[in-house]
Amino acid sequence: MASLDASGTARGAGAGDAIDAPGSGRAGGSRTPRRLRLPRQPMLRHLALAAAGAALCYLVTSLLSPYNDVLAGEIGLYVVALAGLSVLTGMSGQISLGHGAFMAVGAYTAALLANHTGLDLALQLLAAAGTAAVLGAVVGLPATRLRGPYLAGMTLLLALALPPIADRWNSLFGGDQGLVTTPPTAPGDLNAQQWLADIELWLAILTLVVVANLVRSRFGRAFRAVRDDEVAAALAGVHVARTKVIAFVVAAACGGLAGGLLGLTTGVVSTGEFPLTLSIQLLAAMVLGGAGSLVGAWWGAVLLVYLPEWSSSLAGDLQLGAGTSAYLATIIFGAVLIVAMIAAPGGIQGSLRLCWAYVGSRRGGAGTGDAVRGDAVGGDAVRSGAMAGGERPLQDRAPSSGGPAAPRGAAGSPGSAPNVQSNESSNSDG
Amino acid sequence: MTLFVDYSLNGVAQGMIFAALALALVLIFRATRVVNFAQGAMAMMTTFGASTLLEHGVGYWWAFVAALAIGFVLGALVEVLLIRRLEGRSELNPVIVTIGLLVVLEGIAGAVYGNSSRGFPAAYSQTGLVIGHTTVDFSHFDVFVLVAVVVLMLANLVLFRATSLGLQMRASAYAREMSRLLGVRVGRLLTLGWALAGLAGALAGLLTAPTSSFSPYFMDLDLVYAFTAAVVGGLESPVGALVGGLVTGLCISYVGGYLGSGLEPLGALALLIIALMARPKGLFARPPARMV
Repeated sequence: MASLDASGTARGAGAGDAIDAPGSGRAGGSRTPRRLRLPRQPMLRHLALAAAGAALCYLVTSLLSPYNDVLAGEIGLYVVALAGLSVLTGMSGQISLGHGAFMAVGAYTAALLANHTGLDLALQLLAAAGTAAVLGAVVGLPATRLRGPYLAGMTLLLALALPPIADRWNSLFGGDQGLVTTPPTAPGDLNAQQWLADIELWLAILTLVVVANLVRSRFGRAFRAVRDDEVAAALAGVHVARTKVIAFVVAAACGGLAGGLLGLTTGVVSTGEFPLTLSIQLLAAMVLGGAGSLVGAWWGAVLLVYLPEWSSSLAGDLQLGAGTSAYLATIIFGAVLIVAMIAAPGGIQGSLRLCWAYVGSRRGGAGTGDAVRGDAVGGDAVRSGAMAGGERPLQDRAPSSGGPAAPRGAAGSPGSAPNVQSNESSNSDG
Repeated sequence: MTLFVDYSLNGVAQGMIFAALALALVLIFRATRVVNFAQGAMAMMTTFGASTLLEHGVGYWWAFVAALAIGFVLGALVEVLLIRRLEGRSELNPVIVTIGLLVVLEGIAGAVYGNSSRGFPAAYSQTGLVIGHTTVDFSHFDVFVLVAVVVLMLANLVLFRATSLGLQMRASAYAREMSRLLGVRVGRLLTLGWALAGLAGALAGLLTAPTSSFSPYFMDLDLVYAFTAAVVGGLESPVGALVGGLVTGLCISYVGGYLGSGLEPLGALALLIIALMARPKGLFARPPARMV
């Protein structure tokens, strides 16, 4: 968790650098605290942050009890899954209600390889991601012609259609009993839970580095261009269909890796592990964390892991029966999702950014409209967007073209700033 | 051969139920351009309402009508409380909100009624009809389902094609601002569209419950089959929903019968992908006069 704060601050500082360029009409970077001076080059910055985060994760997991280590490891694997879903839905604008299917494919691939071949764990997980990526490409091809609700329905059907295959050929897939997995043996005197949690958290960080670099590359720009306006993207030379398939492949690979890790965590891979609810919860967590934001993936993963815990203790406090308390988490999850979608479509991360921008604009006074916008649009390539009000993508951006953040903003995501924010910045422009 | 006939009849009976739910999806899609993924869960709630009434000694047909009324009100409430607030946002938002509603409704039903499946009575006998000397896999109840769904479809068609109300509903779905300028009470009509869909969904729930294991999740698969049916039919046309329901029902029945049960969703997925690739706008869609 602390690594999250560190990266948040660092990203803030990075944004500050961009905004504080000459001509912004504002003295010095007093607003953004610069505790860390990180490399300007994204790849180096991401790697530095990742190394710090990995060390921190190791420290934290060695302090936690084995039970909490398992939960921490689950957070790690859900971060992997949510990062992929965030790329697909938040950045490239394609909704998927079938992310659990990719996880199932990854989990079965890893478990089959572990049971039938003596492959190394790293290769198992790589194969899990690879197989899921192939499925992602297969699913992505028809998906290139689909939009919004059609795609949602197709992926929903995918989540329902895949698990029964394992039941049908149960001699291979183990049917209801499932396939037993063996967690990796820990080196030295580490306990098994901590070692697995470390692996999962490190892989989460590694995934985030890869995805963060991807979304800052021309692929990431293509994703966002396709999300905001397919026709405009095509006119600008983006190969729309290919871009959409790539987004599916990235998301599916992340899902497959997460599925392989889930199999290791639960110790058994069976169809019951991948119900429709899993896919729905993944989408919900991604939206609640902040669609299109990689930091939001952490929030979403924490929600996924801890909400059942909190709600069962809440049910205990309310003295509900055991039957009822099992459903409390579901009800809270759904209700929060609905309320968030109506009141705060940017999710947790989007709302935090709004607060941050609001505080910034109050402190900075006049002339910070640009700064606010720059923070929102150019500061962090990993943006919440599709969920936010995207109905006026390009108009809102026009006035800022003279601002210092414009070049980065133009490369970033047009119109991704939530409604409230763009209104605020145009007000302070005037 | 008798096996094939049985699978076909079974497919028709199932397809009619998918068609009922698909009609509800089509009603909402026509009115608000939203696919209501909570339609199945709403139908599940109304059916549980009817079940509760039956347990308290209310007559079958009163409970039937009450469930339809609850569905009507529930549909209207969902539109007013949730969907209306999403106007003008990305098309992904309503999808996510209806998914959230699905989760909430299933959670509530699970907490109140438990997860175990219970029985729900059918209006008519469910033993197969005897034609000549053979018993076929089609019961009095299936005949009732067939008639009810065809009536629902015809009512739908008449409403949209032949009444001023239907014309206004189509207009407000097609060009909201323009309709408002011309004096159409757009908001009210959208609510009405959702309410009617809630009613159609409630009917689908009542028709499904006797033939399936009636639990909080009993409409999940039906919803995706209904979605397949609606997409095959084009998501726009009531006749398309009926034909799409038939095609989907037959496809699922054959896949389940010949390839093994459990593979039905895969069959539906294949059908959906083929339909979307071959005719993305559905079997019954007319080419648009102008793309806006």
